[in-house]
Order: sequence, then C-alpha cells, then structure tokens
Amino acid sequence: MKFPNPHDFKTIPGTEGWERMYPYQYQFVTDDPERKEYEEKAFWFYDGLHYPEAIYPFDTIWDEAWYLGLSQYNNRIFQVPPVRGVDHRVINGYIYISPVPVLDGAEIGSRVPNFMERAGFYYKNWNELEAKWEVKMKALIKQIEDLPISRLPDLEDISVVTEGLGESKGYHLIKTYDDLINMGIQCWQYHFEFLNLGYAAYVFFLDFVQKLFPSAPLQRVTQMVAGIDVIMYRSDDELKKLAKKAIELGVDGAFTFNKEWDGIQAELKTTAKGQEWLAALEVARYPWFHVSTGTGWSHADKSWNDDLNIPMSGIATYIDHLKKGLEIERPMEKVRAERDRIIEEYRSLINTEEERKTFDDLLNTAKTVFPYVENHLFYVEHWFHTVFWKKMREVSAIMVEHKMINDVEDIWYLRRDEIKQALWDMVTAWATGVKPRGIKVWPKEIDWRKGVMQKFQEWSPPPAIGTAPDVIQEPFTIVLWGVTNSSISDWAEVTDNADPDSITTLKGFAGSPGIVEGKARVCRTADDIRLLQDGEILVAPTTSPSWAPAFAKIKAAITDVGGVMSHAAIVCREYGLPAVVGTGHGTKIIKTGMMLHVDGSSGVITIQR
Amino acid sequence: MNTVTNTIERVSNPRTGRMSALSPVTGLPMVCWLEECRKESVDLVGGKCSSLGELINAGVRVPPGFALTTEGYRRFMADAGIDREVQSMLVGLDIQDMEALENTSSAIRELIEAQPFSTEIEDLVAESYRKLSVRSCVPAVQVAVRSSATAEDLPGASFAGQQDTYLWVRGTDEVLYNMRRCISSLYTGRAIAYRINQGFGEELIAISVGVQKMANSFTAGVMFTLHPTNGDRSVIVIDSNYGFGESVVSGEVTPDNFVVNKITLDIIERTISQKDIYYTVDTKTQESRKIEVPFERQKVQSLVDDEITELAWMGKQIEKHYGRPMDIEWAVDKDLPFGGNIFILQARPETVWSQKQQAVAKAGVSAMDYILSSMLEGKRLK
Repeated sequence: MKFPNPHDFKTIPGTEGWERMYPYQYQFVTDDPERKEYEEKAFWFYDGLHYPEAIYPFDTIWDEAWYLGLSQYNNRIFQVPPVRGVDHRVINGYIYISPVPVLDGAEIGSRVPNFMERAGFYYKNWNELEAKWEVKMKALIKQIEDLPISRLPDLEDISVVTEGLGESKGYHLIKTYDDLINMGIQCWQYHFEFLNLGYAAYVFFLDFVQKLFPSAPLQRVTQMVAGIDVIMYRSDDELKKLAKKAIELGVDGAFTFNKEWDGIQAELKTTAKGQEWLAALEVARYPWFHVSTGTGWSHADKSWNDDLNIPMSGIATYIDHLKKGLEIERPMEKVRAERDRIIEEYRSLINTEEERKTFDDLLNTAKTVFPYVENHLFYVEHWFHTVFWKKMREVSAIMVEHKMINDVEDIWYLRRDEIKQALWDMVTAWATGVKPRGIKVWPKEIDWRKGVMQKFQEWSPPPAIGTAPDVIQEPFTIVLWGVTNSSISDWAEVTDNADPDSITTLKGFAGSPGIVEGKARVCRTADDIRLLQDGEILVAPTTSPSWAPAFAKIKAAITDVGGVMSHAAIVCREYGLPAVVGTGHGTKIIKTGMMLHVDGSSGVITIQR
Repeated sequence: MNTVTNTIERVSNPRTGRMSALSPVTGLPMVCWLEECRKESVDLVGGKCSSLGELINAGVRVPPGFALTTEGYRRFMADAGIDREVQSMLVGLDIQDMEALENTSSAIRELIEAQPFSTEIEDLVAESYRKLSVRSCVPAVQVAVRSSATAEDLPGASFAGQQDTYLWVRGTDEVLYNMRRCISSLYTGRAIAYRINQGFGEELIAISVGVQKMANSFTAGVMFTLHPTNGDRSVIVIDSNYGFGESVVSGEVTPDNFVVNKITLDIIERTISQKDIYYTVDTKTQESRKIEVPFERQKVQSLVDDEITELAWMGKQIEKHYGRPMDIEWAVDKDLPFGGNIFILQARPETVWSQKQQAVAKAGVSAMDYILSSMLEGKRLK
C-alpha cells in the first residue's frame, strides 16, 4: 500500500503559518537532511482514536504528556526490547504517531534482561503496586481540587502585610498556572506506570488464544476477562441507586414532569423528601459524576458535574424502567457464568497440556491487569481531567477579565507556553498599573486561529503516511489502534469514496455479537442521548462511562473510534447488544432515522437507502 | 408407535431369538438395525453403519435403516461358492495390465450381481424393509443403499468413495439387487489393484451394506467440526447447497459456506455463492439428477440461520461424543417442519488435521516468557 510522503503536504490556503500553533518539534521538516530522511522512512499513522478532530493548541498538552509518558516507560524504565518510544508529528492539526523500533539485533538482546527484571517485577507485584498507585493518584487529584485560583485584586489583602506573607496574588496566579500544568503532566506520568505492561499482558493473551484458534472472534476472547469488578460502571450504578431512591421517597414525579435539571431541582427543594434526595445526590456526584461525556481528552468534553441534565435524563430513564417493572441491573451473574463457560469450552479444545499451561498463566495475568486497564480511565481521563478543565476555565476567566482574550473558551487556541507568556504580560502590567501588550496581540491571533481550525476540521487526514514496515512490535500500536494493513485500507476505502450519500455498507470491528435492524440515532455528544428513543441504534463518535444510561434504551451501538476493548464494545457485550466499533466515519455517513442492519458478529453495517 | 418400539426392542435384542437373524454357522446376525450398531461394530457392519449406529445412540437425528452385516455378506459369498470362484479369478492377475484388470473386474461383478441371495437372507431383508416402511409411514419407503466397508476410513488407507451408493431405491427386489451391486463394488479394477498393492488379503476383506431411508433434502452438504484450512477447533464449518449433498461432496458447485463459533454458536462468517446446479430426485425415474437452480435462487442463502445454528449444535454434540474433530454429511428434509427436519447422514473422524500436531509457537512457557517472545516477534503488517 502506498502512503503519502510526509513532506509533500501542501499548506491549506489561508492557514500559512499554522505551525506556530503547535510545538516546533511536531513539524515534519526539510531543513535537516538527517531528520527528513528519518521522517520519510518511518511509518506514521493518524491517531484518530484520541483525536477524531483537529487538535486545539492547548489540548496538545495531553499529546505531549503521553508522548513522554508512553515513550519513557517503554524505552527508559522497562526497556521493551524491540521498540523504543512512539514519536509524534502534526499535519494540519492532526496528530500522527510512529513507533520507533530498535533495529540492531544485538541491542535488542541486551535490552531483554532489563525488561525481564523490570517488567517481571511489576507483573509479580502488580496488586501491591497498583494499591500504591491509587494512593498517589488520589493524593494528586486532591491536590488539584484544592488548588486555589485567585483573581488579581486592586489592592492586596491586609493579611499580606499583617502576616508578613511576602507574596502577591499576581505571583500566585503565575505559580498556580505552573502547578496546574505540572500536575497534569504528573498525572500522565502515573497514567503509563502500568498501562504499557497491562496492555502487553492483555494483548498477548488475546494473541495466544487467536494463535490456538485463528477464527476465534476477538470479542469472544475478551469475554474471558469479562465480569471483573471495575469502577467504570460505578457512575452508572450511582444513577440507578438515585433512581431507586427517588421512587422510595416518592419524588420520582419530579423527573417525569421536568426535563431540565433546574426544574427538577426547584421541585425537589419544595419538600423534605426532595431535599433528602438532593442530599443523596450531593454525596454521589463527588467523585462519581466526574465522568466525561467524551474521552476526556478534549477541553470540549463536559462532565456530568458540568451539565447535570445528562445524568438526570439517565435517572429518568431508569425510573421509567423501574416503574414498568424492567430489570435495570447489569446481569453480572449471567455475564460471569457465560465467561466461565466460554473459558472452559475453549480450554477443553486446546490440544496439548503445555498449551493449556501457557493459556492458564496468560489468562491469570490478563485478569490481574484488567482492572487497571479499565480503572485508570476513571482516575485520569475522567476525574482528573474534569477538574483540570474546570481550573483552566477559571484561569481563562481571569484573562477575559483583563481583556487578554475575549471569551473563556478562547484559551484553547493558545499553546500552554503562550498562556504562560500572556499571564506574565498580564500580571506584570497589573502590578505596574499599565496596559498589557497582549490585549492587542492575543484576540487578533485567536481570531485568525479560529479560521485556521475551521479549515483544519474540513480537511480529511490520510490514515497513514511514510513507509509501512513489515512488522510492528509496539504493544499499543497493535492493540489500541489495531494497526493492520486491512484496517488501514478499510478506512482508506471510505475516505476515497467521493459521495458519502451513496455508501450502503460500512465496516468496523466486530465489537459485540448479534444482528439487529432498526432506526439510527446519531448522537454527537452526550447531550443528544436525551433524544434517544427506545429501540433505536446509537451512532456515536465514541462512548464513555457517562453514556451508560443510553445503553438501557438502545438495540445496538455503532462508534467511529475504538477497538474491541473500547467502552461501547465492553458495555454492549455485557448487555448482550450488538456493537460495531471503529467504523472511522459512521457519524458522518449515517443520518438519524436511516434504517440500519447491524451485524455485530462480522462488523458490517448495511444502510437501507 | 408401540409396535415400532416393540419391533426395535425385539430385534435389538437378538438373544431373545424371536427372529432368525443369526447365522447358524457363527451365531452372528446377518441383518441388523442401525440402532443396534456401535463404534465397536466395525467388523460386523463396516465403518459407515457402525458410525450411524453410534450417532443414533448418541441422540443424533439420523434417518433410520438396517444393514446386511459382513456375516450376511460372507454367507452370501460362501453359500453359492462365489468366494472360491473370485479367488481363483484373481490368481496371477497382473494389475499393471489394465485390460486384464478391467476384464477380471467386470467378470467378478457380473457374477456377484447375477447371483440371488439365499431365501433366508432375502426374507430377513424383506422383513426389515417392510418394517422400515412402516416406521416411515409409507407403503414402500425410498431408501439409499450404500456399501459400508470394514477397511474404510482407516487412517492412511482411505477407501472413501471407492464403493458405491444407490439412491432412491424402492421395493424389496430393487433393494436386494442394489445390495449386490454394492457388494460387487468391492471389485472395481481400482479397488482390486489397490488391495493387491497394499497387500490386503482378499480373505480379510468384508463389506456390509446399509439400507437407510432417504432424506428428501431441500438443502444438504457437509460440516467439519474444525476449520479445514487452519485446523482451528473452535469453529464448525458448513458447506451447503440446495438438493442432495452430492453437488457439494463432488465439488460440482461452489457451496454456501458458513463458519460458526463452536462455543457460542454465532455465525461468524458467511459466504453466499452462486449455486447454478443441484441434485434432486426425478419423480418418474426415481433417480437423482442434476438440474439448474432457478436464477432467482442462485445467490440466495441455501440454509436459514436457525438451521445453521441447529446443525452446528448437532456437530458439537457429535464431536463431544466421539471426543475428536469430525467430518459430517447432513441434510435438511423438506417434508418435515423446523425442529425435526435436520438429519445427519454420516459422520467420520476428520483425518487431515488430526494427524498433524499443530504446534503453537512457544507453548508451555510462562506468561512472562510468552509476552517477551511475542514482543520480539511483533505483528506482521504486510
């Protein structure tokens, strides 16, 4: 397959100079022959999994954080023998990544003992280390939650004088911003502490089973580690509890007659029972409503705590189901019994004792690592990120107040180092009593960047560029992005099709088995979940734990992004709903109301036109 | 219903002596019902019939039938002195001489086909055929008459397809005649040459003949309880076409192909082919014949999903019973409603993959070693 040369991309007219919106090392360059040659020979694929749209300059923080985190653990901490880190570039706002192989056989060999010692230590002491991780992570989240972000006063409080504090709010603002950024990076240091090894154990278990049984669908293999308690479901469980409580207290009418949180709250406040329910909500929402409505990677991903309408519609759905006498609990016993049956049957088909031994050992390892692989998402991408975005908006509000930018949401158009510059400008001007230079610089630059981002969003990034290698050894690349020749060519096929209105079949990963037909409902954000009707087929960019209530209504799920381990696939398997995930373009091609035939066993969607 | 059960019971217990089915010489039965056969009965009823008996006893739905045993065959060959005559005709035969081989073969076959059975055997067959018709609720049931060789399906010495099958046979005389044709099929030029080459002594060769109710199949085909292309034991692979299984077995048509997960019975792959011909029975001649599939049905799935699942479930039970991967022929009867219309016609051990020990790379190692070696190996992209 032929992929474009990374240096052949033409700048989109009107975006000249876009490179300054991103870190300079993210550019493909031609002025350094050695770097240019490296870039041409490497294989770069578009990270649509994390960035379904062009990335905002500020949001690059998480890209840089995982660029560092993943690479350092692979290469400098555990020394995965055949691969170093994962390199990053940007083209027209889209992130491309490239695993960096170790080419010298002798060097690979010399890395093996380190890997065995270090990774071996983690696998062996997984549970104790994971417990330590949780303590560290919770402490960090506490720290960011407690971080005060103060406005700049005209006159500092008298206590600065009487208590001899010796520091101003101006200095605090600059320092707090640094703290915020540093905590974010630190959080992502922790994020990868277990993830590389966790994925490796999980992936190679799947790989082993598929070597034994080449036709075993990945979705069935992943069922072998289903039914393990993970906190991913906890937020949804809280909604169910609150739904039950509303019925117990006899205040469920408030959810039937009001569609908006404001109305619900107003009605509940009028009665003692209602207030009791509101108190229960306050307990549940911290931290369990810190779930992002997206992946958590983008500043645009709101959490339930940011918009209570989303969890309230979930509660309303559960109240409705309970009153109709429907079961709302996940069928965990059934899931576990089915898991055990599947394991036993596959196991009994293994030909030799040796193979069975390896199978058992790999399965146990996969079960050990599984909770982390799921749970870290709640701590990092959901809880921490939700708090982080909120704090950043507080910083932004202060900048708006000083006219450095026009709107709170404008801050995302700036790189994090530009924000620091701007804060220095703003704070020194505040201290001095003059106007900051930035008020004439940033709003103009942001206006221009908005135009650039618009053009970037309209551009379609090719799935891959550079030179495809024969072999990929980086565990994340294999699992998370499912990079294979066929997956890339499947994506390319749809991209190349000129008229999206003529497409009748769409392929993705077989996420959860079963075949259904029904009407499509395209939900671009979690807000749209409220429009879902019973029995519709959900079509979404991706789903996250905060989408959980949607699964109580739908017949099947289709997502643009994600593999068989993605949220939508896992939840559908547990609820017994078909799912096709990672279609690449589902939300662009499918329109609400279209009749779809979804085959979750083969990963094929047919649009009846 | 009672009489049928009684009949089976009586016959299935030869020691009651109510039927004179036993050979006065050896005390072995000359004719027996398929349900009396087990996998240990190969010497008596050959591979096919013993396997069918085993299936019936495992609870698998198989069209009912009976068998002329190898004892019956020996009595037939001995009673009229055919065996000695055949031996003498084979003496000094040069199997390299194609003409001599074919001439000898024809002579032997004519000899066998022209020789009537003894009255005793004729009566036993006639009585069994009558009872089979009663069980099938028709005056004279249409049956398949097929040879069931004792050496068949031996690993490494597959005789499969070297003996004949006669379909849509109706009436006692026709049954008897076709039984002899099956016996004579032991003496095709190819079979004679093969045995001489392999050093099988003629006195060791015996054949049984099965007589089984025809399944009036709407759809038929084959099923493997492992993936024939990669040996994957977690799937069941089904090939199907309209009509009788002949078109699928012979490879005259590209059948529909279904891959079913053995553990969960999901259909994980389906390939619907263009099926231009199929075999059905000619109602006038009572013969199977090849006809064209109507154009509008050529690209239609020949088995419905529920039938695929049911069939795969049966395949799974059969494999479980035998404890090894199996190669199965099946049919969906068009006269019966779903739930009782799928029949297993044959099941034999799969031989290709079972003889290969599939070695999965680096098995027997710890998880850590496997993870490391897999990382080093990487994933091939091209």
